[in-house]
Amino acid sequence: MSLLEIRGLTASVGDKPILRGIDLTVNAGEVHAVMGPNGSGKSTLAQVLAGNPAYEVTGGSISYKGQDLLEMEPEARAQAGIFLAFQYPVEIPGVSNAYFLRAAYNEVRKARGEGEVDPLEFADIMEEKLAFVDMDPGMLSRSVNTGFSGGEKKRNEILQLAVLEPSLAILDETDSGLDIDALRTVADGVNKLRSADRSFIVVTHYQRLLNYIVPDFVHVLAGGRIVKSGGKELALALEEKGYDWLTEGEPAGVNA
Amino acid sequence: MTAEATIDRVVTAATPFEDAFRTLIEGDGAEAPSQIQSLRSAAFDAFRRLGFPTTKNEDWHFTSVAPIVEHDYLHITTPSGDVRRAALTPFLFGRSEWHTLVFVNGRYAAELSNTSGLPKGVKLLDLRRAWREAPQLTEQLGRITRYDDHAFTALNTAFMHDGAVLRVDADVEVEMPIHLLFVTDAVAAKSMMHPRNLIAVGRHAKATVIESYVSLSDAVYFTNAVTEVSVADGATLHHYKMQREGMRAFHVGTIETKQARDSHYISFSFATGGSLTRTNIYTSLDGEGCGATLNGLYMLDGEQHCDHQTMIEHTQPNCFSRELYKGVLDGQSHGVFNGKVYVDPIAQKTDGKQTNNTLLLSDKAQIDTKPQLEIFADDVKCTHGATVGRLDEQALFYMKSRGVSRQLARELLTYAFAADVLETIEQTSVREELERMTLRRFTTVADER
Repeated sequence: MSLLEIRGLTASVGDKPILRGIDLTVNAGEVHAVMGPNGSGKSTLAQVLAGNPAYEVTGGSISYKGQDLLEMEPEARAQAGIFLAFQYPVEIPGVSNAYFLRAAYNEVRKARGEGEVDPLEFADIMEEKLAFVDMDPGMLSRSVNTGFSGGEKKRNEILQLAVLEPSLAILDETDSGLDIDALRTVADGVNKLRSADRSFIVVTHYQRLLNYIVPDFVHVLAGGRIVKSGGKELALALEEKGYDWLTEGEPAGVNA
Repeated sequence: MTAEATIDRVVTAATPFEDAFRTLIEGDGAEAPSQIQSLRSAAFDAFRRLGFPTTKNEDWHFTSVAPIVEHDYLHITTPSGDVRRAALTPFLFGRSEWHTLVFVNGRYAAELSNTSGLPKGVKLLDLRRAWREAPQLTEQLGRITRYDDHAFTALNTAFMHDGAVLRVDADVEVEMPIHLLFVTDAVAAKSMMHPRNLIAVGRHAKATVIESYVSLSDAVYFTNAVTEVSVADGATLHHYKMQREGMRAFHVGTIETKQARDSHYISFSFATGGSLTRTNIYTSLDGEGCGATLNGLYMLDGEQHCDHQTMIEHTQPNCFSRELYKGVLDGQSHGVFNGKVYVDPIAQKTDGKQTNNTLLLSDKAQIDTKPQLEIFADDVKCTHGATVGRLDEQALFYMKSRGVSRQLARELLTYAFAADVLETIEQTSVREELERMTLRRFTTVADER
């Protein structure tokens, strides 16, 4: 059984169809890159997987660990091991990062039938995880993402990933807005978290990130469908030739 | 015309109170000093003349007192109820060692109170004992409040019979808070209480006073409290009002403060109980260099109606005032905030800031917010602002995407909304208690923020 099976997925925002029939299979331990031009539906796919209510699924199915993912609330998906690193992490003034992280960590543990941890135990866990993303412990006492720089926000997303230890991590344009040093730090963090029982879907506009997080598969999304799939060399071809050679003669809205 | 006349007759009907008043002055109330007796009579005359306010009264535009007025209340003048010490535990902020006066159903309960260890220069006693043993301490009664144009204050003044008297002498810093705890039990059903407190903080003295109004039952009753406060030159008073009465209780509470030169008055009003409640907090900055901070938080649900009216009078130059009131409204609750700031023509260099923020957790909750600035000086800095908002859907989804349940996410965001005003509470135990109450269903991680 595959970890994730997406079949004929269609989704809209308001009345506007964005995804027009996505098929994608992800097995345990695989890293899939999803690339594509602006407006191709990359971020929509990421949001739909996490269960954002702003996106309406109009057809198709998603099976995750054999369960019907579309029937699950966002928190149930997270508790079942799905993690979305947001392109634009949300600021939550008044809730400290440490408080939020421990609340999330305990909710996920509860769902797995494990006991909750107290602040002292959690502090030990955090010490190790902070090192992963080379993050200043001072960030923990600040309000979630509030006043963080772009790089700090993305690092914070990877920190959450490290803490929650998901089975499927979706990185939504984690490289956007990062300078090369921050990009390396974030990519290093992700690479340390790669394992045989953790899969990744890396959504990106640029091939650059894939120099650091080397994928097993690359998919090109255009007009709401996957128009080409291949190995990591496909990303290099895209960098060289752009997206046009793939999307020419592929009018949007025609189902394959 | 006819309809109006009818309404006026109904709401000005003082008749049910006439009997209670006669019973008081001829019975248990007769022991009060003669000047108190005359004050009561003058106040009752004022109440007869004023009647209860209608919504035509500018100060009561958003709050109809009809639900309060339509009941007949018995005035409890003798000790009643069955309240054990253990029942008070939830209301003591975990600090039973604090100087505490407990009043049960409006009457002082010595056996539940703790006045041991009061520092030298601090007098803390119940009103009736003060009348008996130290009448000079109560001379200020009725000199700070304005009963002649406030019906509820007039009613309280007419019926004043018990309450707390606190005097802190010059230069004394009272380390532990002084807690005035007004508790009711089922015996309070259909009765009214008119607690009257008098607080005087001497020159360069410092104190913290907490007034708590709580219930051990869901009885219908009416609390009508008045507290008069004077803060002398260079003195500081932290004054917390905690209103956690039963969900069917009526509560009107007025605090009026006079501040002398260079004094600081820091007030916090927390309101979460009662079916219909009104809190008035008025302070007058009557000397140069004063500061007043009036903050508050109200958390309502169901069909609760909670009204706050504040008044900051800048009568002298070079004073500042800060005001931040926040409301969290769920269910079909109705919040009202009316913040008045008056700046006298001579009160130049006044620096005033007022903010009222409301979080609506349901479509049916409602807030009326009314800043009211009357500025007659020309060299002042006064601002006000009000916001009304809902929980941020993006933030809710973000938290849920980390596995946090909808309930917990709502609670955390609600807590976050209230956090900045709670952070202004200097007294740690009070702040932590309010934080717990804000996060009341959130038990597992409430020990860390």
